[in-house]
This record gives sequence, C-alpha cells and structure tokens, in this order.
Amino acid sequence: MDPKVIPNTPKHASSSQIPPPPFSLFIPTNNLIAMAMAIKLPLILLFFSSSLIPTFSLFEDQVGLMDWHQRYIGKVKHAVFHTQKAGRKRVVVSTEENVIASLDLRRGEIFWRHVLGANDVVDKIDIALGKYVITLSSEGSILRAWNLPDGQMVWESFLSGSKSSKALLTVPANLKVDLDSPIIVYSGACIHAISSIDGEYLWKKDFASEGSVDVHQLILPGGSDVVHAVGVTDSSQFDTYEIHIKNGGLLKHTSASFPGGIYGEILPISGDRFVVLDASRSVLVLITIENGQIHLEQTHISDLIHGSSGNTVILPSKLSGIFSLRTDNGIVFIKVTDEGKLNVMEKVDKTVVISDALPLSEGEQAFALVQHGDGKIELSVRLVHDMSSNHLKETVKMDHERGFVHKIFINNYVRTDRSHGFRALIVMEDHSLLLLQQGEIVWTRDDGLASVIDVATSELPVEKIGVSVAKVEHSLFEWLKGHMLKLKGTLMLATPDEVAAIQKIRLQSSEKSRMTRDHNGFRRLLILLTRAGKLYALHTGDGRVVWSTLLQSLRTTSQQCAGIKLHQWQVPHHHALDNNPSVLVVGRCGLSLTSPSALSIVDAYTGKELQNMGPVQHSTVQVISLPFRDSSEQQLHLLIDADKRAHLYPTTPEAAHIFQRESENVYWYSVESEAGILRGYGVKKSHSSDTPSEYCFETRNLWSVVFPSESEKIIGTVTRKPNEVVHTQAKVIADEDVMYKYISKNMLFVATVSPKASGPIGSATPDESVLVVYLVDTVTGRILHRMTHLGSQGPVHAVLSENWVVYHYFNLRAHRYGMSIIEIYDQSRAENKDILKLIVGKHNLTTPVSSYSRPEVTTKSQSYFFTHSVKAISVTSTAKGITSKHLLIGTIGDQVLALDKRFVDPRRSLNPTQADKEEGLLPLTDALPIIPQSYVTHSFKVEGLRGIETVPAKLESTSLVFAYGVDLFHTRIAPSRTYDSLTEDFNYALLLLTILALVVAIFVTWVLSERKDLQDKWSWPQTQLWLQSSSEQRLLNICSTPVNMFVNQNR
Amino acid sequence: MAAIRRSKPNSPTLLLLLLLPQSLLLSLFVCSSVAIATGNGGGYTINGRVKIPGFGAKGFGLPVKANNAKVMLNGGQQVTFLKPDGYFSFHNVPAGTHLIEVDIIGYFFSPVRVDVSARNPGKVQAALTENRRGLNELVLEPFKEEEYYEIREPFNIMNIVKSPMGLMIGFMVVVVFLMPKLVENMDPEEIRKAQEEMRNQGVPSLASLMPGGGRSN
Repeated sequence: MDPKVIPNTPKHASSSQIPPPPFSLFIPTNNLIAMAMAIKLPLILLFFSSSLIPTFSLFEDQVGLMDWHQRYIGKVKHAVFHTQKAGRKRVVVSTEENVIASLDLRRGEIFWRHVLGANDVVDKIDIALGKYVITLSSEGSILRAWNLPDGQMVWESFLSGSKSSKALLTVPANLKVDLDSPIIVYSGACIHAISSIDGEYLWKKDFASEGSVDVHQLILPGGSDVVHAVGVTDSSQFDTYEIHIKNGGLLKHTSASFPGGIYGEILPISGDRFVVLDASRSVLVLITIENGQIHLEQTHISDLIHGSSGNTVILPSKLSGIFSLRTDNGIVFIKVTDEGKLNVMEKVDKTVVISDALPLSEGEQAFALVQHGDGKIELSVRLVHDMSSNHLKETVKMDHERGFVHKIFINNYVRTDRSHGFRALIVMEDHSLLLLQQGEIVWTRDDGLASVIDVATSELPVEKIGVSVAKVEHSLFEWLKGHMLKLKGTLMLATPDEVAAIQKIRLQSSEKSRMTRDHNGFRRLLILLTRAGKLYALHTGDGRVVWSTLLQSLRTTSQQCAGIKLHQWQVPHHHALDNNPSVLVVGRCGLSLTSPSALSIVDAYTGKELQNMGPVQHSTVQVISLPFRDSSEQQLHLLIDADKRAHLYPTTPEAAHIFQRESENVYWYSVESEAGILRGYGVKKSHSSDTPSEYCFETRNLWSVVFPSESEKIIGTVTRKPNEVVHTQAKVIADEDVMYKYISKNMLFVATVSPKASGPIGSATPDESVLVVYLVDTVTGRILHRMTHLGSQGPVHAVLSENWVVYHYFNLRAHRYGMSIIEIYDQSRAENKDILKLIVGKHNLTTPVSSYSRPEVTTKSQSYFFTHSVKAISVTSTAKGITSKHLLIGTIGDQVLALDKRFVDPRRSLNPTQADKEEGLLPLTDALPIIPQSYVTHSFKVEGLRGIETVPAKLESTSLVFAYGVDLFHTRIAPSRTYDSLTEDFNYALLLLTILALVVAIFVTWVLSERKDLQDKWSWPQTQLWLQSSSEQRLLNICSTPVNMFVNQNR
Repeated sequence: MAAIRRSKPNSPTLLLLLLLPQSLLLSLFVCSSVAIATGNGGGYTINGRVKIPGFGAKGFGLPVKANNAKVMLNGGQQVTFLKPDGYFSFHNVPAGTHLIEVDIIGYFFSPVRVDVSARNPGKVQAALTENRRGLNELVLEPFKEEEYYEIREPFNIMNIVKSPMGLMIGFMVVVVFLMPKLVENMDPEEIRKAQEEMRNQGVPSLASLMPGGGRSN
C-alpha cells in the first residue's frame, strides 16, 4: 500500500469542510480516497463552470417545467362570426388591446392573433369574400386583409385623407352578385373604394371640396351599383350623396337644412329613412328621402315617453324599422311605421344590453337582449318583425365576480329540424369573454388579464400538520416510480410511451401547484390588478386563477373608476399570524388627477374585500409605503392628494401615533415632467386647523430642482425598489482593494433631453439632441452626479439597483441603441482599508449613514451598443442579495433577455490584466452580446410586453420573474445557477443505485478478502507462493487490508 | 412598380431606385425594393422586403414561423406586417433618419438605418447598424437563426465518464489496475517491510477515527 495516500485522506476530507458521511468509515480506504475525490471534483467542476458566462439556458423538454405562458387578447370591441362554411367555426374579434384574433368557436382557443402597433387602433373589422378578415385602423388610414385560416396578411392599403374624420367600413355582404364589388371606406373626409381581392386602390371621392360635410353612414344597398352616403354639414344641414360604385362619380346630391343642430349620429331605419336627435336631445328628427327630396319630421321625446329627462341617446343597433332610445329611465324601442309615425313598442330596464341585428333569411332579422338578474343573466332573442314575444329565452347562471354584461354579439345556426338556433358572445364588465349556447356557458376567456396595471405577490398559507400515512406512502411510491422511469429515460431504455409518461410527470408535478407555502419559496400568489378593476390571484406554479374579485369600491359610483396602484397592506410575520396577508388597492374615480379616490383592502388568500373605503373625499396622486408597521403589522401608507396634503392610512390612533413620532424622517418627492421640476417634501410638524381630519397632514416643500425648459425636458425617472436587499456594501476588487458602494434608498435617476429631441427617432438631428442623466438624492435634493450624452435621445428605459443604474437610450450619431451604466461609490469610506487606522480607531465605520450628510462620491461609467429597442428593463432580485444579478430586458420583439450584469461593468477594459481576469472582468466589447439561449421567454413572446416584475424566492440562488403585457409569462431564473439546490432533473434513483452498488461491492470485497486471508494464513510459510500469485489476488489483498484490520480490531 | 404607383392614385408618385448595375437584372423581377414615394401630406413611403434564405424556390414565400413577423419603425412608432411575398411598407414617414427593426421569432435581424431625404426626394440610404454595411436595396435578411434551447446531447458513454460519478469510478479503476503495477515494480523486500510496518502500526488514521479505536492490534 502506498503510505502517502492514507495520511492524506482525512486531511482532504476535513479540508473540504463537508463532514464525510458516517458510512464512509465502513468502506475500504480506496473508496475513501474516491469519496474525497468525489467531494473535490464537483468543486473543480464548479470552478470550471463559473469561469464561463452563466447563461439562462434551457433544454427544449424543460419547457413548462418551471415556466408558464398564457395568451390573451383583451376586451373585445368588435366580433364577426364566420360559421357559414363547414369546417372550423370561428369568430374574429378586435380588442381594446389592439389585437385582432381568430378564436375557435367551440373552445375559445386562439387560432391566430396579431397585435397591432400602439397607435394603430383598430376602428372596424369585417370579413370579405368569405376568406379575408378586413381591418381598418389608424383612424381609417390603413386597410389590411388577413387570410382567415392562418392569419397571414394578404394585402395592405394606405388611405390618405385630407383631414381626420371618423372611419366607416362597408364590405359588400352578398358575394354572389358581384365578385369584384369593392370595399368602401370613409376616412379622412374621403370615400375610398378598394378592391377586396388584392387591395388595389380603385377610386376616391374627396368630400373636403364639398364643404365640411361629415359622413355618418355609408349604405350599400344589395344589388345596386350605388353607394349612399348620409352626412351632416356644420351640424345644421343633412346631405345625402349617391355615388357610383364603379368609378366614384357623384350621381346625386340632396340636402336639407335643419337649424336646430344635431346631437350624435344619424341612424338608418330603412333604405330611405333615418333618425337623429337634435342638439337639445329632446327632439327626434325623422329624415325621409322621397323622390330626391328630404323631408324632416320632428317629434318631442316627451310626447312619446312620459317623464323622460335629458341624457337621451339613440343606441347604434341597426334594426330595420325599429330604433332604440336610451333615457335615464330605461331603454325604449320605437317602431317607425310606413307612414312615418313613431310608435313606442316596449320599455326595458336601462341595464339591458342589445346586440346588432342579425339577418336570418329574406327580410327577417333577429337581435338579442341581455338582462341582469341576481346571479344570473337572461338572454332573449327576438325577431324584428315580431317584437311582442321572445323567440328564445334562456337563463344562464353567472358568476357575481364577472359584473354586468357590456356587449353582446349574436350568431345563428340551423338546427337539424331546420329551425334557428342562436349562440351569443358576451363581453362582461371584467373584460372576460363568454360564449352562450342553449342556456349554457360553452367557454369563457379571462381576457381581463391582458390589461394588468400593477402586480403584487403574496405568500401562500403554511401547510397544516397532520398528513395521513397512507398518503405519504402513496406519494413515496409515486416518487420512486417516477424516478425509476426517469432512470430508464436516462439510460435510453424507455419506450416512447414511457417517455411521454416521464414528460407528463415532470410537467404535472403536484408539488408545484399545491396551495401551501414551500420551503424554497417558489410557490406564491401573484396578485394582479387589471384595468377592469378586477383583482386576480394567480398561482406561480401553474398559472391558474386561484381567486378573482371585482372590486366593489371601484364600482359604487357612476363615474369611471379605475385601479391605479396595488400595495402590500399587511404581511403577517411575527404578531398577527392569525390574519391573512392583505393588499391595498388604490383607485381613482374619474379621469382627472383631482378626482376622488377609492380604496379597498383585499384578503390575499380568499380575495374577500375586507374594507371598502370608496370613494373617499381626497384625490390620490401618489402612494407612499412607509417603512413602519402598527401592532397588527399593517403597513402605514401615505396618500398624497392633488393639493399636496398627506393622508395617513390605516386611520387608527395607533398609526397616527407612530407616524407623529417618525414624521420628521418622512420625505418624498414629486416629478412634474411638464414643468420640468423635481420637488422634495416633508411633513409639517404642527397640525394646522384647516386639515379635515387628524389623519391628514400638511406638507412643506423642502427643495426644488428646476430644469431649464428651453434645454431640458424630463423623459424618465426611476428609483430603487423599496424592498431590495443588498448583501454587502463593500466590493473587493483586484489586488485586494476595497471599494464602498454608495447605497441609498433615496437615490433617483432622472433623464432629460433637449425639447427638440423629445419626439420619436428621426425627428431630430444629432446636433440638436442632448441626453442628460442625473442622480439626485431625494431627501436633500442634491445632485450626486450628472452626465451628458451628446447626440442621443430617448426613449430612456432604466433600472436602478444597489449602487448602479443601467439605462437604455438611442444614440443618434451611431444610429444605434446604447446602454450605459453608472456605478456610484462612497469615497468617504475608502480610507477604512488601513488596518492600522482600524486598530487605532481612526475610522468612520461607526458613524451612521445619513442622507443629510454630504457624501463624497465617485462614479464610474461605461457605454455599450445594444441591438434592439427596449420596452421594459428590470433586474433580478434574490432573498439576501448575495447572488449576482441579471438584467432582464424586454425587447421590441416581446421577448425577455437575461443579460449578466458582468457585461455592464464600468471596470471592463480592452486588455484586462491578469488580476482583472482573476476577478472575472470581461474584456470590453463595443456591443452587448445577445445570446439566444439567454432569452428567459425562450421561444415564447409576451405580446404587448409592458412590465417585468421580479420577486425573490426563499432559495437565495433563485428569482421569480413575471412578465406581463397582453400575454402573461412566469418563470424562475438562477443567475448564478442553482448552486444551493439540486436541479429538478437530479436523478435520485441513479444515486441510490450507485450507493447500493457500492455497498454490494464492499460486501463482495470483504468476503473475498476474508477468504484470501484464510488462504494466506494457511499458506503463510510459503512466502514464495504469495509472490508468484496473480496480480489480481494481490490487488484484493491490498484492497481488503484495512477491512481486514477493521475486522480484527472489532474482534 | 405599377403596384406601388397604383397605391397612390392621385398623389405625385416618385420612385427612385438605387440599384447597382449588377442588380439591375434582379430589379426587373424584384421591382423596387428601396422606394420612397412622396405623399401629399409631406410624408414618404418606405417599401422594403424581408427575405429568409432557404424558403421557397426563388426565395419567395416565408416559413410558417414567419407568420407572426412584424416590422417596426423607430422602436414601435409604426408596426407593419409582411405580405406573403415578404414585402412591407411604411406610409406617411417624415423625412429624417429612421430605424427599421424586423421581429421574427427564431431569427436575428440587424436593425436598419434608413435615411429619407427631404431636400432630395427619393434619395435613399439604408445601412445595417450592426456591421455598418450599406444596402443597395431594402432587402432584409436575417443575420443568423436563433436557437433558444440548449441541444440535449444524446446518451453516450463519454457523458457518464465525465460526470462526477463516472470520474469516481474511473479513478477507482485506475487505482485498481495501476496500483498492482506500482507494487510490481517495487522491490519485494521493501513491500514486505512496508507490510510488516503497517501490521505493526495498524492504520493510525483510521484507527483513531473508530469508536474505541485506541486499541491497536
């Protein structure tokens, strides 16, 4: 035996600081050496892997393991059914999120979907020729045709107009009559005719020359070559035009003046009858065109409906011979007789929603009414000719949390008995989309999730103790079975069925979607506030909706209330453990900043509204989470109103007491982008008499930073996340030098550009655009650092974390996007490195860090090129802030790229020294690399990306990432790999097998060595024989020697 | 060309092609790739084409995954989509220097800088911003394909050998087969001596670790 090996062994084991497992004592020394090697080897491997750039990378079969992606479309504005042909039945919709999509009518899944540009708002959609979806967008200036089966754009036409006007689209409905009858569009005060086959521009009729006529309706009577346009000039004259469909020639123009003025839109009743309201909204005007003459007939609404007041509107449902009028009291259906008389047919409640008319067969039309009941909705379909009775009446149970019906679209199908059946697509108050058929909800889509405004997270409840033994046994068995399958998969022994089973087990691990808190902190609730005023809680494990609540505080008033902010209200940790965590929702009732606010506190586990404070008297411009908590662990919040008063919540004496005590140290700032002013505020100590309550505080302006309006305009500000954790203030650099990070929670990054360059790219020359960035202390208003980028402009996206800020802007000189980093260091602590001084006590380590003190700071910065435009930028956050960081960049392609922070390090240099290399500094490159494998969204797109939220998991290496836009995407990433846990792919079965094999080997060698020993003892005198014995036997001897001894010892 | 002219029936249309002689032949087929047309509102139209090599016989046609392709002007100020043959156009673009980005999942495109000159209508310059290469015609081709996943290597014996456990086994094998060789080369006398020594001493390192291991044989 080599004597050198044995003494070394324990040293190795102890030096690796991992106590060797106890069973290692019972195995031969060779294995002990191997064990030591095995402990060392991962360390070596770790060292190797850490010298490479860790990228976020994923194997294709890992998709769905820890991420989920949900596709939405938003609140539906228009819907067109396509059910004529056999085959896939679909509905084409356009939404308020600017999405056009084709949905499967059977299941509600998306066949295809396109998200148009933000300022390319869809005005109208229709289906032409039975195969193209026609969309009119950008105030009627862009007409596009999309292939119905696959969503490929077929043609696009740009319609230039002379002035902006409303957009109307008329697609020839009857295909059989004339295949090449064009699409007629009114937009930009012109009528355009476009061929529906290839988008060819046919003719244009400009109405700007005809005086300022505003066309309200385009009518294309079937079978004729004439298009009728009905409009109003200066709101006092009716005009009708007849235009030839083939060449755009004006055939006839009639007009009649109406001095009363009109309100709203002209609504067609039949081919030659129209109805409109006068300017006072009290008189109905019936317009009849007869023999080229316009006859006007006025009827007072009060004559028709008794006791109706103002706010009368004609509803835009086009029903032949009937129109509907909404007043304060309800909705009235009025029939226009052939003689031009108006007859009130029926009155319904004003919450009733009416669909458009649906042509059934020759001259017959149907429409749908939806009425709200308690926990249910009543859908009735009526025929226009027979208004007296319901053709169909269905009652459908409806979740309270979906609110009222906002829109309804109906479609018919022919049943086997040749009668008409109806299906209705309804859009609810929470923006969800439902399909009703035969009194049942066929499918629902929670499309409110397409418009997330704010995100918060909540822990899940702690697991209740007391799990049955049978369950544990069962799960253990399942676990083992799963791992055996996995082992098979690794050894390529699995059949295709088993491979599928493995993938299924991995994806549907019950572990990740449980409703209890987990050890690693991966399972959370994502609480999302949507534009519809609904709060959703999504489980991070699988993305399912755990609960959803339509906030009553945002519904109580008639005004348009909308949520604006979501804050943690109560996070019980120490005291109020019996309480569930809760969140505070701040909303605003009305459009202006001075509108009253609405507040509610919602239980994060159940979604119940615990407290509903809406609408409160004051407005809310800013919400500040104070770092103080009361005895029930409610977070103190300050709501700043438009008059710069601070309102304290919760409104309890205890909270007021805490706040009074700490009010000296409460500061905040406001950014007035229009005026170019930053202001800092504090709370006035003395209670003035005119404050409305004891929870309302007067504030004082402490400082202002005024940017010169002729040269600088604020385009962006960003501050640190309040809950960010920084592990260490010191940064050790090469040659054991230390730099101290300047870490302040009150640092604000401000970016300004010259006013000329505040427009989009291409509007300014490099010489006239200057980007200036500032780091401002928000307590004192001191500017810590200022930097100028000549020839650069916005938009600026930035992220501030620890002591650095990274910002993205456009460099006009290079005509590329640039990204810069500023790192800020505290110079006043730099002297603390001297050990002698530390011993003598001449250090300032004990002086408290204060925002009042004037810090000596130095900054380092560096700039790089970045290829893509950016929509959002964020940074990973971990529980203790030890793990290195990744920037998360939401690119223009709606993907999220993880970029190692080491790429944006101002200490990168072209030729790194040996010391730099050891520190892990990368050589400087002019552009930041885009590694496809480091897209955290891999092959998914988060369409319409608006924000990226990161939440630390309990496991230090891991950060949860949630990206939202029209789509939602969640994953977790480990910027330095999961150094503190085994990966999910870790094969426990293989480990067990190896251990088992080793144990068996031990026993086998032991037995062999025993036998050998015996033999040796018998043949001891014959030493020569031993020398001649085979090498194998000798080997066994060597191997078994310690075991032998051990056995001897124990005897 | 006719198609473009038709799209602007009553506005003065001006097409100027910046095509080198060798691409003239192509231009008959491809029509105008860089074309700037004046609109009556003072805006211009930028026409271009996205071409993905390896799809369609003549470079026509887009792969299935290009179905969700988008072309963006100035970081999303205008967004347009591709026609089946890969053409796209931006309307009503003011004079100045603009940036066009193409977004097709699975491909990496360099943004393109396009200069639309007001003084000299129709004069067009286009250049890729990544490598500053000028473009004669606005035909955008992907730089490279993007693969978002790591390739999982098929099972092979080297992977097992390279893994920590494999290395462990390897080390054992080495010890098992090399140690006897070492021993062979040693003087048999010395071996015996060493063995004797060991028998006398025991294995102190192990013995001391044993419970009650103070007792030596």
